[in-house]
Amino acid sequence: MSVVTPGRSASGHVAPPGQSGLPRLLPPLARASAGSAGTGRAAPPALDLLAHQRWHGMARFRGPALIEEAAAAGLTGRGGAAFPVARKLAAVAAAGPPAVVVGNAAEGEPASSKDAALVWLAPHLVLDGLQAAAEAVGARSAYLYVHARHDSRGGPDLAAHLRSALTSRRAAGTDHVGVELIEAPARFLAGEETAMVARINGGAARPGFKARRVFERGIGGRPTLVQNVETLAHLALIARHGAAWFRTVGTQDEPGSMLCTVHDPDGRIQIVETPIGTPLDRLLALGDDVQAVLVGGYHGAWLSPAAARQMSLSNADLRPAGAIVGAGVLVALSAAYCGLAETAHVARSLALESAGQCGPCFNGLPAIAAALAAVAQPRPAERELADLRRWAGLVAGRGACHHPDGTVRFVASALQVFATEIAEHGRGRCTATRRDQFLPLPAAPLTEFDWR
Amino acid sequence: MADVLSKVIVNPIACSGHGVCAELLPELITLDEWGYPVIAEGGAIPARLARTARRAVTDCPALALLLVPRGNSEEAQRPGGPRGGTLGT
Amino acid sequence: MGPISSTALWYASRATGVVALALLTVVVLLGILVHRRGRLPGLPRFATTSLHRSLSLLAVAFIAIHVVTAIADPYVTIGIAAAVLPFSSPYKPLWIGLGAISFDIIAALIITSLARGRIGRRTWRAVHWLAYACWPVALLHSIGSSTDLRAGWLLALAIDCAAAVVAATCWRAGTALTAPSRAHRAARALRDAELSTGPRHHELTGAGMR
Repeated sequence: MSVVTPGRSASGHVAPPGQSGLPRLLPPLARASAGSAGTGRAAPPALDLLAHQRWHGMARFRGPALIEEAAAAGLTGRGGAAFPVARKLAAVAAAGPPAVVVGNAAEGEPASSKDAALVWLAPHLVLDGLQAAAEAVGARSAYLYVHARHDSRGGPDLAAHLRSALTSRRAAGTDHVGVELIEAPARFLAGEETAMVARINGGAARPGFKARRVFERGIGGRPTLVQNVETLAHLALIARHGAAWFRTVGTQDEPGSMLCTVHDPDGRIQIVETPIGTPLDRLLALGDDVQAVLVGGYHGAWLSPAAARQMSLSNADLRPAGAIVGAGVLVALSAAYCGLAETAHVARSLALESAGQCGPCFNGLPAIAAALAAVAQPRPAERELADLRRWAGLVAGRGACHHPDGTVRFVASALQVFATEIAEHGRGRCTATRRDQFLPLPAAPLTEFDWR
Repeated sequence: MADVLSKVIVNPIACSGHGVCAELLPELITLDEWGYPVIAEGGAIPARLARTARRAVTDCPALALLLVPRGNSEEAQRPGGPRGGTLGT
Repeated sequence: MGPISSTALWYASRATGVVALALLTVVVLLGILVHRRGRLPGLPRFATTSLHRSLSLLAVAFIAIHVVTAIADPYVTIGIAAAVLPFSSPYKPLWIGLGAISFDIIAALIITSLARGRIGRRTWRAVHWLAYACWPVALLHSIGSSTDLRAGWLLALAIDCAAAVVAATCWRAGTALTAPSRAHRAARALRDAELSTGPRHHELTGAGMR
């Protein structure tokens, strides 16, 4: 399969789906270039239901046929774990009706806004996918799990937007399964699968240790299908255009396109839809001013610019380098910032985002964050570096969810990629020229209620 | 019933660091600096330790230690599949 | 009537009752100590939970003798059913009934604990909470069923046991109320970790934190 490389204006490029061009998910005339998913100022118009139906047409593949198409298409989850969608659909369908489906739009990762952009610009595509998935697994109820506001500084009200979309669909009678909107707390872990199920079941959004997976016993004890909203959007398109169309972009092993949140070194944030397998230097301008590239978000890994220039946006390339595609967060960090300080600030936030349930996590991550803060100072920190190496091996894999693992991956990659900076700090110097914070941070939780 | 095919795992949410398991099964379990169990070698239980492991499981004050069939991969306990992404599936 | 006199049965029942109450007191104290992850001096950690279990089984043995001798004693009419069915005894139905309640709870505690590998964690915990109800009921049963505990060294013993259980329970409640909630555990650990890595970390935390 050939790889189609779009060039950096992909997000504004108008190409109707059905051809092998892009974008597929984002509607035409959408300039999705905003850090907060289309703030009031430049908010691109979302397609209303009628325009959406005219643009996309009707579904051809439904029910079990859709599961087959999804399998042939090789669609994998776009929420970070990249689990094969057809396998999930089949598992939930086999676990027996009545099932439950959930569209997960709780993008707890502060550096990611692609789900918010998708929900804002193409809510009906997402909702079509939710209905298609519900029909395929024999579900009688559906949920949409979304942060009320994408970021705490007041981005667009996604919940209200979805509610009006659902209202117009109810009026038009397009939905066979009723959809309930559930608001997720603004926590990093709120979108974790078991945390989401716990929240929808009425409790706090904290990950759980379950003997049986949610596809067997999830919401209300019923087999539950959980899919990221972008995955549902792709599913909706596969239902219309089929597996062969889906595979016209991307690679053989990782077909299709995906949405990325791309952070330029100057701070500009763009949502880009790109084929999987796009070389990273087509998505980010990796000039001499870039000191490192973060791939996969705060549970991903830093790469040196040299390494990034040789890689493409695919797990085949990234995993051997210790990184992941994840949910498509790409950040180019300018040399003006201190990479260690940036990492230390994020690590501190990630420590505070621990659900406080597992000893290795709520003890280990704060210890790591504090040690990293010391390393980020322009002074020698041999003891802290030794501690970091020890804790990295001690903490990963010992929590109920992957929060400690991902955080350790992120921190360990920083120690590797910013090694020269560590040496400079050891000599009492820091090469950074800017003291402000580049990477976005979540607002710290304060009370138990912040988890509900 | 613990047999050669079993392994021992800890439910990290239920565990509150009592440390009884590390005393009863020191061949497999040690405590980290915060008092929480670190299970060696994936928790595989050799036949000679089967009874001791069973005792450790019943004696855990928090009932946080579990015996599972060895073939039961970690993916069953840790939703999200292999350590790829965590959030939003 | 048989070779054992009524008086002997009566004394046996009272004696085993006192011992059972004392044992139950120690069992409750040890149970609270286990929960608080406390160690008995000079003993390994598993000794606390082991002793808690062993003494509870010993208490059951004494309770069994206590109940059997009380029922066998011809001087008072306490049917067999009265041991488990509260308030069904012709003799002092209220006080014997409290004993039956206490006995029933102990039976539930012992059975669930023996099977704790098989029943779920939540079920076991839910039943075990009844232990806090069991002990006061057993004490009331002891005070009301005979005049033994109302004078002399037995009264002192009863007061000591009550004081110990009250103190331990208050301690248990206090630590539960003052323990950091899950939302605060990481923040608390972070504060402790930052204090130990040195004071100059504050230079970092100003920039960009909301």
